[in-house]
Amino acid sequence: MPMQAQLDRRAAVAALLKNRNDTLVVSGLGSPTYDLHSVGDHDGNLYLWGAMGGAALIGLGLAQAQPGKRVLALTGDGEQLMGLGGIATIGVARPRNLDIVVIDNQHFGETGMQASHTGRGVDLTAIAVACGFAAAGTVRTIEEVQRLATQIAEPADGPRLFVIKVLAENPPRSLPSRDAVFIKNRFRAHLGFAAA
Amino acid sequence: MHSLQSNPDTRADNWPSELYRILKAADVRQMSYVPDAGHSQLISLFSADRDVTTNVLTTEEEGVAIAAGAWLGGQRSVLLMQSSGVGNCINMLSLSAIGRFPLLMLVTMRGEWAEFNPWQVPMSRATQPSLEAIGLKVMRAETAEDLVETVESAAALAYDSDQQIAVLIGQRLIGKKKW
Repeated sequence: MPMQAQLDRRAAVAALLKNRNDTLVVSGLGSPTYDLHSVGDHDGNLYLWGAMGGAALIGLGLAQAQPGKRVLALTGDGEQLMGLGGIATIGVARPRNLDIVVIDNQHFGETGMQASHTGRGVDLTAIAVACGFAAAGTVRTIEEVQRLATQIAEPADGPRLFVIKVLAENPPRSLPSRDAVFIKNRFRAHLGFAAA
Repeated sequence: MHSLQSNPDTRADNWPSELYRILKAADVRQMSYVPDAGHSQLISLFSADRDVTTNVLTTEEEGVAIAAGAWLGGQRSVLLMQSSGVGNCINMLSLSAIGRFPLLMLVTMRGEWAEFNPWQVPMSRATQPSLEAIGLKVMRAETAEDLVETVESAAALAYDSDQQIAVLIGQRLIGKKKW
């Protein structure tokens, strides 16, 4: 059995995004959306409150439309497990500016902390490698997250997927707007696009 | 449109190239698909186009998410599938509906006209009601001529008016699959 993760998810996300610069971030529903908001609201954040399985694929469409910008899909193990096929689609599309970071507590934290597949032997990084990702890896300490933040700021030859193993707990929720039209238009305005 | 009737490009077997022309004129820059025989020519035309990013999907709902991401980044996209794929999309269509993301889906119908495979029938019957139940506008075409006009209109509604549109392409128009 793998050792129990001890890393605090909020500390991990704060370290990951400390020097985000102009990175665009799409967050998966549930805790990753709260984690992203807890670091500080940002016009380049797209918070999901639904669309389970879609975070990385929204990231793909965005990365393809904005090849000059880095795009980060910040999601959870449950959300990414629902979008497993999307890892194959992204592997084939091979964007050079898309990273998926899975905040992995090995549980469905939003619904009562039921154990997920990632604590039972399913390795998302191995799936990403098998789908042709340019890089993949798992980190477990804050020092490793800091190194990961440096790594994902550098150019890549293709998509990358990293898993950050964190402690299974629900910190106090940090709630962004649930108005998807507002968040969408704010995000587009950040990139210089007008609302309809 | 009478002018289209005399245009050889709108002959019954040439509607895919007309749709390609219309979607290019609408500045579509991304196309995603789960293949259908009825879409094969349109898929080939887009795949050969260096100005359009094409994504082959493992399941149709992925294309709904990609379309939203493309719009966030300032690009228009189109999603191609057959009617069986509509059922795969339903929850992901919440994203398009609640975010008012422009969405244009072109759906080739199976299970409704000279169908050999009975397994296509239940989802065929559910296609339009389930799309409407999640909030999409459904448009339908039964002839090549009507399809070209319908897609042109649907593209304007989607991209200029932030609507979520599915155009159903009647199986009668696509023709009988040979077994």
